[in-house]
Amino acid sequence: MTINEIQDELISDFELFDDWESKYEFIIDLGKQFPPLEEQYKTEDNIIKGCQSRVWLNAYMDGDLLKFEADSDAIIVRGLVSMLVKVLSGHTPEQIAKSDLYFMERIGLHQHLAQTRSNGLAAMLKQMKAYGFAFQAKSVNA
Amino acid sequence: MSHNLNIASIRSDFPILNEVVNGKQLVYFDNAATTQKPRLVLDALSGYYEHYNANIHRGIHHLAEKATSAFEQSRKRLQAFLNAEHSEEIIFTYGTTDGINLVASAYGRKFLKEGDEVIISTMEHHSNIVPWQMLCEEKGCILKVIPINDEGELLMDEYEKLLTEKTKFVSVVHVSNALGTINPIKEIIQKAHAVGAKVLIDGAQASSHIEIDVQDLDCDFYSLSLHKIYGPTGMGILYGKRDLLNAMPPYRGGGEMIKEVTFAKTTYNELPYKFEAGTPNIADVVAAKYALDYVDALGKPQIAAHENELLKYATNAVSEIEGLRIIGQAKEKVSVLSFVIDGIHHQDIGVLLDQQGIAVRTGHHCTQPLMNRFNITGTSRASFAVYNTIEEIDRLIQGLHKVRKMLG
Repeated sequence: MTINEIQDELISDFELFDDWESKYEFIIDLGKQFPPLEEQYKTEDNIIKGCQSRVWLNAYMDGDLLKFEADSDAIIVRGLVSMLVKVLSGHTPEQIAKSDLYFMERIGLHQHLAQTRSNGLAAMLKQMKAYGFAFQAKSVNA
Repeated sequence: MSHNLNIASIRSDFPILNEVVNGKQLVYFDNAATTQKPRLVLDALSGYYEHYNANIHRGIHHLAEKATSAFEQSRKRLQAFLNAEHSEEIIFTYGTTDGINLVASAYGRKFLKEGDEVIISTMEHHSNIVPWQMLCEEKGCILKVIPINDEGELLMDEYEKLLTEKTKFVSVVHVSNALGTINPIKEIIQKAHAVGAKVLIDGAQASSHIEIDVQDLDCDFYSLSLHKIYGPTGMGILYGKRDLLNAMPPYRGGGEMIKEVTFAKTTYNELPYKFEAGTPNIADVVAAKYALDYVDALGKPQIAAHENELLKYATNAVSEIEGLRIIGQAKEKVSVLSFVIDGIHHQDIGVLLDQQGIAVRTGHHCTQPLMNRFNITGTSRASFAVYNTIEEIDRLIQGLHKVRKMLG
């Protein structure tokens, strides 16, 4: 699936919910099901500090594909992080670098991306794209 | 003590309380961060811009005179609010942080030297830590910290042990923003003076709850922000004893703070203008007077009585929430309820309460060393003001039950 196909699928998942409670219960469930990042990757280098919650992001190449693993100490942020990983992980660096993420806004969760200082999500997204650019440059140079 | 305030009528003075958030009537419990503004403050702001906006002090036209007069009336009003001896002891600043920086910079850099000691406390806001760290780094001074007990009260015995002839400055918070603790500042000031140290009180949280008499306290400096006293954002005042302010060099250079400028030498203006370089925040200073009028018309003891009722009710009510622990259980407290819930991140609490239209603050409240003392990364904090009600606290309790259910 392409990045946009995954985004569209998430948007249609969320269309099922007609109140905030079921929407957030779903995000909380996503957070609970998301596999925790192994402790060895919860390093200072991988941490994206928000004012309130912490987010860790680990990136690695698997063949031609850039993959992400992530974690957070707050469960709702964890659920949101899991969606960003679901959408962006496992594509080429170029696709990730060029991606246009619209699903958060369409689901009505864009305020979580705007609160840069408080949850680190916007910084995480920026970092994911930066990895895309960095690995793209590396493969061009190689 | 009970009060005779008509809370419904007070609520109608605050237009913002009618806002609907996420489909629900707003419950605003983030008053320790900033209070909402009554209609007369909003009217004073627009009235200033509509009728007498002008730059102050140097103009000879009608508007400039009117603006200058209103600006200086606010200074007199703040003098009365703090019972300062002289109006020139009231320096307009951008807020509490600005006032602390002014003292750390202008007083600290002139009068402190290598090896001198500065005392702060464990419960300081970063605003009352970082300026002193910067000063200590620059001058080679030593920063000492008064410890606290598990209830969130200063250990006064330990404070006394820290005081020596090397202590040159003590800077402590009147009321903790994260815990609500009211500190015994009069005693702190007396003890510091006994060893010859000067004292600054960070009054950001205290000023809307507690009557402040700087002469009775005998503090050397007192810094506060008007936006926490139902006034406008972006302005505060620094009170300083006149002799000390006179002895201090200016903090910023620019217009207003000078007497005469030549390229060879500049002579500085007198107090308070020496510390008010540049065009000040005229509109907000003018409107601040109306906020103080509003508070004094209600009466601080009345406000405190209502807030204490809310605090008592809320403290009791949250005890039914499973796994909830209050952080900050000092005997003397203002209406701040800081808490953690076992196994639930404070940010998740904040997000889910917000969905229910309830505004609380979550995080470390700019008091990271204090959070470290309690071995936590942050709390959720509900802080109450004069316009809050028991019914709103009931909404918070229901909201917290829902949070528990969703995250349990």
